[in-house]
Amino acid sequence: MTIAEKILAAHAGKERVSPKEIVDAKIDYVMVNDVTGLPAFEVFEEFGTKPILEKSVLIQDHYVPNKDVASAEQAKSMREFAKRFGIPNHFDVGRGGVCHQIMIEEGFSAPGRLIVGADSHTCSYGALGALSTGIGSSEAASAMATGELWFRVPETQKFVVDGELGKHVMGKDIILHIIGDIGVSGSLYRSMEFYGSAIESLHLSDRITISNMAIEAGAKCGIIPPDDAVFDYLKNRVIGEYSPVYADEDAEYEDTFEYAASEIVPVVATPHLPENVTPASEIDVQIDQAYLGSCTNGRIEDLRAAAAVFKGASKSVHPDVRMIVVPASKSVFEQAMREGLIGIFMDADAYVSGPTCGACLGGYMGVLAEGERCISSTNRNFIGRMGHPNSEVYLANPAVVAASAITGRITDPEDLLEG
Amino acid sequence: MEKYIKGRVWRFSENVDTDQIIPAIYLVTGDRQELAKHAFENVRPDFARDVKEGDIIVAGPNFGSGSSREHAPRALLGAGIKCVVAPSFARIFYRNSINIGLPLVECDVDAADGDVLAIDFEDGKIVNTNTSAGYTFPSLPDFLVDLLDVGLIENTKRKLMRTG
Repeated sequence: MTIAEKILAAHAGKERVSPKEIVDAKIDYVMVNDVTGLPAFEVFEEFGTKPILEKSVLIQDHYVPNKDVASAEQAKSMREFAKRFGIPNHFDVGRGGVCHQIMIEEGFSAPGRLIVGADSHTCSYGALGALSTGIGSSEAASAMATGELWFRVPETQKFVVDGELGKHVMGKDIILHIIGDIGVSGSLYRSMEFYGSAIESLHLSDRITISNMAIEAGAKCGIIPPDDAVFDYLKNRVIGEYSPVYADEDAEYEDTFEYAASEIVPVVATPHLPENVTPASEIDVQIDQAYLGSCTNGRIEDLRAAAAVFKGASKSVHPDVRMIVVPASKSVFEQAMREGLIGIFMDADAYVSGPTCGACLGGYMGVLAEGERCISSTNRNFIGRMGHPNSEVYLANPAVVAASAITGRITDPEDLLEG
Repeated sequence: MEKYIKGRVWRFSENVDTDQIIPAIYLVTGDRQELAKHAFENVRPDFARDVKEGDIIVAGPNFGSGSSREHAPRALLGAGIKCVVAPSFARIFYRNSINIGLPLVECDVDAADGDVLAIDFEDGKIVNTNTSAGYTFPSLPDFLVDLLDVGLIENTKRKLMRTG
């Protein structure tokens, strides 16, 4: 069996499962955020029961600090739900950050676990060897009440990336390269499993970026076999015990895709689909905004990569560009302060704020006007994703975002720093 | 669930994401009617104004991709949409729709805006009454037919009753 099959079988109390089979499986955690929480709590009322406290995680991140009265009411409903039932894992403003970063930092995510969340990027925890996947609000309510959910066992595709990665090439470029190859529905309903020396060489943060964007290929999950990078990260962090799950020797894969790391360069996904992938060095597009943050690329390693470009170039943000930096969590923010990264960004005239999802989905804190273009370390460049329907989002890694912020045009960091 | 429906077509292309179905700025309520007012606002402003109870959406592959927002199928139900027909659906949108009672049919149908489609869920047949073209689609697994019929809320209540 593949990793996804084994995790689903174990949680469904079965010896074996096969693709397409529908199983009822016990979940380890169910997470909702402030946007998906409210509809979930309304549905939950219908059940007349209590949530399973140790499995329920509530995280305020999309529209907090609140953008308007309606979002304030929404956040309040989560606060009240948490208080009423005494749910210990409620992360409010100033205590947490972007939900997926919190699910990882706070030790909920671990190898072999089955985790669901009412947010499509819940697939991020596949980087730690978990089967984690996005669900809707109603079923999040159902999972909080019963501790179970129905799953269709996915077919698995194997992705192998071998070799040494070039300078300024990050996890973002690997996953965009793959999505550029297979398309935004290339893994529809499938489980992606990632292998190869290039994947093994990556820091956990870059692996999280890869698993995070599995959904942009339509996948149910994107799993990386856990190794010491994961086990070391989880020391003194993980809640409870865990046991790593690996694919069997004779696991059946629907497809295998192989890539040479040396062929992957810093890329950009142009509007309006993540599959529109082009090398950053090959396009010349003027930008108005540069955004660094999100569950995809808002970790300390991402901030370091961007700060290194500012330091290396000894330049500030271009006068015609505003740059927005949003660390993905309180602890990322604190670490960035300790390392002097926040100072580097502010000295370069970037605007730095506390964690929120706001700008990534065009909610607030960086909404684009008509005709504006943004280079962004986020995950989606859909029509109107960050603001006006006639604005444009270009997805890239944090180093490309920083280099582009400096020049005012989409720029490969190599081209900026070589001189 | 109704076994047979007939409705007017709204035609959409491929990869319609949930940001298009309901833009994120309106994700401050779960109310179907309220969400329906802004359905497809950025890409098809006439939809919310002209959609009628009983209409059907026909789209290209990968309908409902992107965000997990259940607000998307809720907005479509609020707008009166009775069924979405597309060659394939994004998985979270698929789950959400079945869970809250919006039937989806996996079928590649040739239809234009304003055509009238007749869908027979029991026999798995679709007819475009304007072109007389006929299509067949495979029936859902029994589990999903039941879920679509009773809804996730009722299904969960029954599960809670069984487990005490």
